[in-house]
Amino acid sequence: MDFVHQLIQQLINGVSLGSIYALIALGYTMIYGIIKLINFAHGDIYMVGAYLGFFGVTAAGLPILPALLISMFVTGLLGMVVEKLAYKPLRHAPRISILITAIGVSFFLEYTGMYFVTPTPRTFPDVIGNISFNAGGFIINGQQVLIFAITIILMALLTYIVQKTKLGKAMRAASFDTETAQLMGIDADRVISMTFFIGSSLAAAAGVLVGVYYNTIDPLMGIMPGLKAFVAAVLGGIGILPGAVVGGIILGVIEALVAGFLSSTFRDAAAFAILILVLLIKPTGLFGKNTHEKV
Amino acid sequence: MNSVRRRDLTMLIIGLIIFGVIQGMISGGMIGAFWQLNIILICVNVIMAVSLNLINGYTGQFSIGHAGFMAVGSYVGVVATTNFHLPFIVALILGAICAGILGFLIGLPTLRLRGDYLAIATLGLGEIIRIVIMNIEYVGGAAGFKGIPHLTNFAWVYGAMLITLFFIKNFVNSSHGRACIAIRENEIAAEAMGVNTTKYKVMAFTIGAAFAGIAGGLFAHQFYLISPNSFTFLASFNYLIMVVLGGMGSITGSIAGAFVVTFISAALASFPEVRMIIYALALILLMFYRPQGLFGYMEITNFTPIKKVLDKISGKEA
Amino acid sequence: MAENKPLLKAEDVSEVFGGLKAVADFNFYINKGELIGLIGPNGAGKTTIFNLITGVYVPTTGDIQLDGESIVGQKPYEITQRGIARTFQNIRLFSELSVLDNVKIAYHCHVKYGLIETVLRMGRYFTEENEITAESLKLLKIFKLDEHAYEVAKNLPYGAQRRLEIARALAAKPKLLLLDEPAAGMNPQETHELMEMIRWIRKQFGLTVLLIEHDMSLVMGICERIYVLEYGMIIAEGTPAEIQNNPEVIRAYLGTESMN
Ligand SMILES: Nc1ncnc2c1ncn2[C@@H]1O[C@H](COP(=O)(O)OP(=O)(O)O)[C@@H](O)[C@H]1O
Ligand SMILES: [Mg+2]
Repeated sequence: MDFVHQLIQQLINGVSLGSIYALIALGYTMIYGIIKLINFAHGDIYMVGAYLGFFGVTAAGLPILPALLISMFVTGLLGMVVEKLAYKPLRHAPRISILITAIGVSFFLEYTGMYFVTPTPRTFPDVIGNISFNAGGFIINGQQVLIFAITIILMALLTYIVQKTKLGKAMRAASFDTETAQLMGIDADRVISMTFFIGSSLAAAAGVLVGVYYNTIDPLMGIMPGLKAFVAAVLGGIGILPGAVVGGIILGVIEALVAGFLSSTFRDAAAFAILILVLLIKPTGLFGKNTHEKV
Repeated sequence: MNSVRRRDLTMLIIGLIIFGVIQGMISGGMIGAFWQLNIILICVNVIMAVSLNLINGYTGQFSIGHAGFMAVGSYVGVVATTNFHLPFIVALILGAICAGILGFLIGLPTLRLRGDYLAIATLGLGEIIRIVIMNIEYVGGAAGFKGIPHLTNFAWVYGAMLITLFFIKNFVNSSHGRACIAIRENEIAAEAMGVNTTKYKVMAFTIGAAFAGIAGGLFAHQFYLISPNSFTFLASFNYLIMVVLGGMGSITGSIAGAFVVTFISAALASFPEVRMIIYALALILLMFYRPQGLFGYMEITNFTPIKKVLDKISGKEA
Repeated sequence: MAENKPLLKAEDVSEVFGGLKAVADFNFYINKGELIGLIGPNGAGKTTIFNLITGVYVPTTGDIQLDGESIVGQKPYEITQRGIARTFQNIRLFSELSVLDNVKIAYHCHVKYGLIETVLRMGRYFTEENEITAESLKLLKIFKLDEHAYEVAKNLPYGAQRRLEIARALAAKPKLLLLDEPAAGMNPQETHELMEMIRWIRKQFGLTVLLIEHDMSLVMGICERIYVLEYGMIIAEGTPAEIQNNPEVIRAYLGTESMN
């Protein structure tokens, strides 16, 4: 049947896009979990990651995997620097001040980026070639396979770090209750710094993968995916890692369906509509628990 | 009590004198087209900033989708004048009413959210408004609405600005305004003091949206064409910068913010990246060193020397 | 002595947070004009009872009646408008505003001028605003805050902030005033003055008062009747003299606080 066929094809596309949202959303959710900040600049970190990957492949002539790793590492450092310079001095300031600062950082990354690389979109070189797999009439192309593979590997790695390592335990403790964690001898500053490193390098991976998938990158490319990844994080329950992944994939699928069956101009509206519905119906998200404010 | 009224009158007269001077300079050909446009934009931006300040600064509800309401006012206004040939004033009022109604409908459910969640939700709603307009063929879709009559002039924007300023000033200096401010200060305590917090949040949001609608109508009739691209969340951020820079909770601050931002934008029009980098750094440094903005909660009329002069002119009985 | 129609009455009220039963089968009444104390160790559920009465929390079970009418499910502001005002244990002033404005805000539900009168500054606007300012200043004077009227609330000393909380609550013109640990953080001298103020305002404004307090000299000094709460349940009720000699109460307080 034609409709079913198209539906499944859109699902495949949706999951690829959703994996990218999931990678960005993980960083959002980790950072929010620990310092209760909507890091508005997170989408722009992802943009920087995409450009670093681009220059790694083009200027340095690296293969895609080393370029990806270098981009992740350098972007991770950038995330740490942003935290140190812009957010750390405001750790005890009102949340609105930090939110405004994050908006400032976002602009700063976008437009210094634009100043240096020009606003013109760049074409990401074809690093995969024209491979595609035909599974029972459904097309999965090489780029999508790469996205799935990298996403799964990174998520496995993140799960390992969070569940098994000392750093991961400290992160979980700090996101549960920063002050108590500090009393128990956890160096909160270091944990926050590392959280920014990990979150930013995941966003960088997403940036490079998007470059490979859509072939084109530009200095403002981070705005929309950044906002949508935030929607994904809220949908899954902000602060909850598996929630970010599930939220990202659901969002990707819904968008692909809206674009495929309605009109691609409504794609962005769909994401925001989901956000508002979630916030109104269950602000703690799919995986979140309800809490009572103490008076 | 008479002194308050007399002070209002004094300020109105000062406002009219400033109008006379600028209008005289425009009529006398002393101000070129570029600065005329920017003077009009300043007045529009003052309306936007002050109305956003009512929501963000006075009521403490962090909204970052204000351009959406401006868009509604713009489009309703241009349809009214261009397609239905209604008088400009009617178009402006219709735009305000529609933006206000939309603000009410959106505010009712969303204002349950707090802080950063509300911020993202309003940003999303602003974008939804824009995307919906983009998909309405009747108003030109993504290409924009063409053939708008040029009805806006300095007198219109200045008059609308004065009305907005007096409206919001009188509102915040009343029991209703105090209710809004109480919500900003401590929502639980406000409720315990008998303030229907939902009602006042929605009221502030509706009034703010309606004035953004007026600003939109004035803005649109300055140009031959408007498109949904004039109302992206970047535009909303622009108004947010004015409010934050001037001081959340100060009308004087919003006026100053609108001035500064419009001037910087005009001066750096040919260096858009530099302009945005300056905004970015200004926002960050402001949060570090002066998070309350230039004026904080202060009004220029409260500064002792100016207060003295004003009291003298308006003859305050000691 | 149970009168026929108490001003406030709670029947079998319980409040459960997650698994924790913060208040269990709470029954009590206050007659018009009484000054009642509510005491008990920390975490006993006293503040939760205030939150239940003022509509901040909705009881899991049970009913609360003001003047014989149920107020369960009403919003806090509606309950304030019906005549119950409160102070907060963890001070919740409008901290960036002036002391005077803190009090003026609480007149809110008695203001009659509407939006149009506000914006055009006509009609009742001026008369009512002048009244509010005059009355607020009077209240501040009672609480010895009139000299600080134009200072920012957060700059007041601790004891003065507590007094401002009471002044602000009174501005809402309540029938029933709920005070949550009004003497917390005050020195004995201040506590004594506060005691006199509470007595005075109660007579002056014809108030009914429900008071949570740890300072036993204050509670025993001014309350006519006292309820003792432990683990969300009432373990004793009676006059100060009865409470002081109640073995249950002495047991509950042993080691936590001495009863003097
Ligand atoms: N919003 C809430 N969520 C969860 N537990 C609460 C909440 N409010 C109060 N509690 C719990 O209820 C119990 C009673 O608290 P409270 O009424 O503040 O005690 P008191 O005022 O007598 O010291 C405490 O164990 C407290 O932790
Ligand atoms: Mg308590």
